[in-house]
Amino acid sequence: MTTGTKRPTGTPPSSGAQAPTPSEKHEDDAMSTVTQDRAPHQDAPAPAHPEGGRVGGGLFDPKQLLRSLPDAFRKLDPRVMIKSPVMFVVLVGSVLTTVLALLHPGAWFGWAITAWLWLTTLFANLAEAVAEGRGKAQADTLRKAKTDTVARRLTGTTEESVPGTDLRIGDLVVCEAGDVIPGDGDVVEGVASVDESAITGESAPVIRESGGDRSAVTGGTKVLSDRIVIKITTKPGETFIDRMINLVEGAARQKTPNEIALNILLASLTIVFLLAVVTLQPFAVYAGAEQSMIVLTALLVCLIPTTIGALLSAIGIAGMDRLVQRNVLAMSGRAVEAAGDVSTLLLDKTGTITYGNRRAAEFVPVPGVTETALADAAQLSSLADETPEGRSVIDLAEEKYGLAARQQNQLTGAEWIEFTAQTRMSGVDLPADGAAGPARKVRKGATASVAAWVAERGGTVAADVDRIATAIAEAGGTPLPVAVDDAEGARVLGVIHLKDVVKDGMRERFDELRRMGIKTIMITGDNPLTAKAIAAEAGVDDFLAEATPEDKMALIKREQAGGKLVAMTGDGTNDAPALAQADVGVAMNTGTSAAKEAGNMVDLDSDPTKLIEIVEIGKQLLITRGALTTFSIANDVAKYFAIIPAMFAVVYPGLNKLNIMGLTSPQSAILSAVIFNALVIVALVPLALKGVRYRPMSADRMLRRNLALYGLGGLITPFVGIKLIDLLLTLIPGIG
Amino acid sequence: MNSLAAASGALSPAVAAVLQLLALIAALALAYRPLGDHMARVYSSDRHLRVEKWIYKAIGADPHTEMRWPAYLRGVLAFSAVSLLFLYLLQRLQGSLPGSLGFASIDPDQAFNTAASFVANTNWQSYAGEQAMGHVVQTAGLAVQNFVSAAVGIAVAVALVRGFARSRTGELGNFWADLVRGTVRVLLPISVVGALVLVACGAIQNFSGIHEVGQFLGGHQQMNGGAVASQEVIKELGTNGGGYFNANSAHPFENPDGFTNLFEIFLILVIPFALTRTFGRLTGSLKQGYAILGTMAVIWIGFTVLMWAAEFGGHGRAFELAGGALEGKETRFGIGGSSLFAVATTLTSTGAVDSFHSSYTGLGGGLTMLGMQLGEIAPGGVGSGLYGMLIMAVIAVFLAGLMVGRTPEFLGKKIGTREIKLAACYILVTPALVLCFTAASLVLPTPPHSMLNSGAHGFSEILYAYTSGANNNGSAFAGLSADTPWFNTTIGLAMLLGRFVPMVFVLALAGSLAEQQPVPKTAGTLRTEKPLFSGLLVGTILIVAGLTYFPALALGPLAEGLAS
Repeated sequence: MTTGTKRPTGTPPSSGAQAPTPSEKHEDDAMSTVTQDRAPHQDAPAPAHPEGGRVGGGLFDPKQLLRSLPDAFRKLDPRVMIKSPVMFVVLVGSVLTTVLALLHPGAWFGWAITAWLWLTTLFANLAEAVAEGRGKAQADTLRKAKTDTVARRLTGTTEESVPGTDLRIGDLVVCEAGDVIPGDGDVVEGVASVDESAITGESAPVIRESGGDRSAVTGGTKVLSDRIVIKITTKPGETFIDRMINLVEGAARQKTPNEIALNILLASLTIVFLLAVVTLQPFAVYAGAEQSMIVLTALLVCLIPTTIGALLSAIGIAGMDRLVQRNVLAMSGRAVEAAGDVSTLLLDKTGTITYGNRRAAEFVPVPGVTETALADAAQLSSLADETPEGRSVIDLAEEKYGLAARQQNQLTGAEWIEFTAQTRMSGVDLPADGAAGPARKVRKGATASVAAWVAERGGTVAADVDRIATAIAEAGGTPLPVAVDDAEGARVLGVIHLKDVVKDGMRERFDELRRMGIKTIMITGDNPLTAKAIAAEAGVDDFLAEATPEDKMALIKREQAGGKLVAMTGDGTNDAPALAQADVGVAMNTGTSAAKEAGNMVDLDSDPTKLIEIVEIGKQLLITRGALTTFSIANDVAKYFAIIPAMFAVVYPGLNKLNIMGLTSPQSAILSAVIFNALVIVALVPLALKGVRYRPMSADRMLRRNLALYGLGGLITPFVGIKLIDLLLTLIPGIG
Repeated sequence: MNSLAAASGALSPAVAAVLQLLALIAALALAYRPLGDHMARVYSSDRHLRVEKWIYKAIGADPHTEMRWPAYLRGVLAFSAVSLLFLYLLQRLQGSLPGSLGFASIDPDQAFNTAASFVANTNWQSYAGEQAMGHVVQTAGLAVQNFVSAAVGIAVAVALVRGFARSRTGELGNFWADLVRGTVRVLLPISVVGALVLVACGAIQNFSGIHEVGQFLGGHQQMNGGAVASQEVIKELGTNGGGYFNANSAHPFENPDGFTNLFEIFLILVIPFALTRTFGRLTGSLKQGYAILGTMAVIWIGFTVLMWAAEFGGHGRAFELAGGALEGKETRFGIGGSSLFAVATTLTSTGAVDSFHSSYTGLGGGLTMLGMQLGEIAPGGVGSGLYGMLIMAVIAVFLAGLMVGRTPEFLGKKIGTREIKLAACYILVTPALVLCFTAASLVLPTPPHSMLNSGAHGFSEILYAYTSGANNNGSAFAGLSADTPWFNTTIGLAMLLGRFVPMVFVLALAGSLAEQQPVPKTAGTLRTEKPLFSGLLVGTILIVAGLTYFPALALGPLAEGLAS
């Protein structure tokens, strides 16, 4: 990854990699907005549908089940199990049936139920272990980066070597080419290229320099060139890389608010069913059909919501993991949940909605000048302009007017005027005997600069120029007048129309977001006219023009006052308050440590478009949780129809009419229900890890679809499943 | 209806039943808007009637004070405790009070049971009215509670509705104002009109004493006079159900003919259904009110149809000769009218009966029990039906709402940890009471002696008693001799706990919701006013509330009903 100032030129915008926007170069009113850079290998921003518009799942490999088995056993510890009340009840049930089976070792039924209850518990642990296991590999890579480093601490002017773990906040350390940066900090002196592949996975080096928004360095990354002095900003053990390890391993995982609430509901349902089963024995005794404890335990385990109880934490871990796979680190699960609830997205125009580099779209000559003449002058004036805007002028001249790009060395004696932030103009002074004709000076640049240049040479700027420039500005473009000073005097030939190019597919993406009930607000430093035009072209719902950090903050607070949850991205130090205020604040990894500290997520790719994906992942997490809860509870109906007749048809033969599945025997019926209950957990592990397939659509359609799939599916599947298991069981001699 | 059937000759009982249902739906539909809007105005108006001002002055309440949920709850509990004590003492002192027709004071356990029963809007009666309660207790005690216990129920429901409607405040209104207004402006006026209708149709209204009358086939019978019509109307309107006579609404003095039967069913259902309109008005979302109404109506009509199927379709010679399960039903109401009444009374917290639920077919009896076990929310008791349904809606939103990809919200309020905790506690209370007390009654040596029948039907008697008590229904399966210290005490406790513990959770939930800031509705919001959500709500009610009782029902009504 490269910073803006150093990136190689010549990358066409369509590749998706954008150069910084040197907004201040050409346009008076453009405030520098985002100077976003991306990993060169990343070509994500342009396509609006990286995976066809859906959040895809991570990979699921059945081998993971086997690998995670030891962990699943380790999790049988009651102190771990108690965290999931539902599964704790199953564990107690398993122990109970084991004891009972031991008391009557000759009865196969007791052993069979016992075995399957243990398997139920184990499968639940396995789900969690598999989910955690996927983060482990990533954590190991990170640990390698976190090898014990030796820091070169500066005290006054003397340098001493201390272990990285001894560093305290405020210490100054020196790093030179080849050194591993010992801790998180800010560069206070010097500039260096740094290899951050250890955390971002991106091999291209990035530039870190003192001052500004590129000063943050991360412990564990490696300095490749030059020398920098770093001021340590984090305690050892709490560095970014430490937090990353904790996050991907799930060690720091805390239950999210919605998960806690769901756990409460599941616990209360467990209590209700516990009551129903415990009180059933007196009823059964009265009816003359006393039940064995084993059967009652089996009934209880079948009724309590084991499916969702077993998969709940795996769903949460997998949700975080899906973010990690997209190189986003969520500092809290709460933020991931909030992402699903977001109703307002603040998107920076530059780099998110537009490519960020304005391109020449048109040459508008003043009356009396041909377009070709203007194109020719524009091309000449831009040959020395190495900015993307300048290059886009040459491209346009070539594409549209067939003017082959001349090389600077083709024109002998030419004096090239490069673009600088001071002059805000570029151009060329050609001698009279040059290959290109008579002596002339050509300039193009900011309106005010060009006007001043013309006036200086005794020329006047035609009123038409103003009119054209205003028209261009109103259309959201940037006008770049082209002036010439030759035998006919100094005058403006016309205006280059620079346009901010909206990325392909953004409009569709915003339409999708709108259908999901999410409002998008474009944030830009452009003036309101420009902003409005681009907003209309991109199809965003609203825009904030000439945005200052204070404006941004005020906007967030206003939205929140209306009860809306707001998501935004940011990277600069002045974004930090807004990042902290937003419900979902995604800091770019290239940003300052203040920004990273303030946000609740960090995007290692520093791709602001990812905010949309983050919202989708948040929604997917919630949908998966809801779908499996609904499925789990709907399952109960069939289990009743399997178990109740099996328990009581002996005394009340009429109850056999409830045995609509036609299960073979009471034992096979109960066992089938228990087996189904256990197997459905394993069967749903991939779904829990990958997440329910999600595509943006209205809440109504989404509910209809998911209710049909998981509600009705949850009602019907167990009838089929239990029947099939019963059929298989009857093949075993002694049961059928 | 019967005369109509006789006149046309061709009108089968089943067709008559359907026509009754349609007439009932039409009447309820006519009353829905005016009554619902009237109640919305009553509970949001700033004005006080003169009589209300007198009452506020007498009880020393300031109707303008806004109450947070703990204060509102204190009002509910304090008022109910005083009522309980008053009603208990009145019964205990009956022997020394004038106008008591010479009846003795009520025993402590039965007096407690009756006091709890009427204060909790249950009206379970372990006594026979005409043989135990004189005019004073009937009118000054029981009839008064019929009004105020109903008004308490509506007040709590309105407090919950305010919780949804208000934001960034913890204030839920004023309990005393809600109590007084509900009584004065809603229950009393309708009762006056209703009582006149009943009197016009032949129900009695006097303070006459006990008459000894000769029976048709010889022998003698006692007939009491009394202020029956006035008690009858509020018994139904306030979903109370405690009959003046032991035979309850099967008694001709209470419920003279087929028309009064239908009229009484109308009275039972009219406020609970109309409250959904009030809810829609107060929350500013009439559509949401209709969605709740739709959910209630689907369950109510579904149960009615199933009940007819069970009662008309019984097998066996006696059934075929009678055209269905006519045992225990009044011929003047027939199977259709009786079933309609039985479903209405058990899907609300009324518990009045015009037929003996014990005599219904096994499955029909099971339906009366299941109706109560669903929590009496379709449409439920006055007030309690609405808040019970809203709690189920909260649960449904929580379970399925996640499937739209947002954390659950209902009417713009987030259903978070605190809200779900309270809703979960609410749904725990009645199953715990019903199942534990039923189990205890079977385990202990003496309670089973109270059963009239053995086997599944005997079990149903006890299951029904606690189901009815804990859900504040008050109807009895008949057969159970419930006037024992054990049943009087435990059913009394079940009624009190089943009434007031859920109210604690409802009011706490209301307070929590009222403090929230509403989340604006977007295209990504779960549309809880759509039929899809109503369907989901029905499913949640049947699975979450209904399945809890499945094993118990299997050993009682299902075992019986599926035997043939």
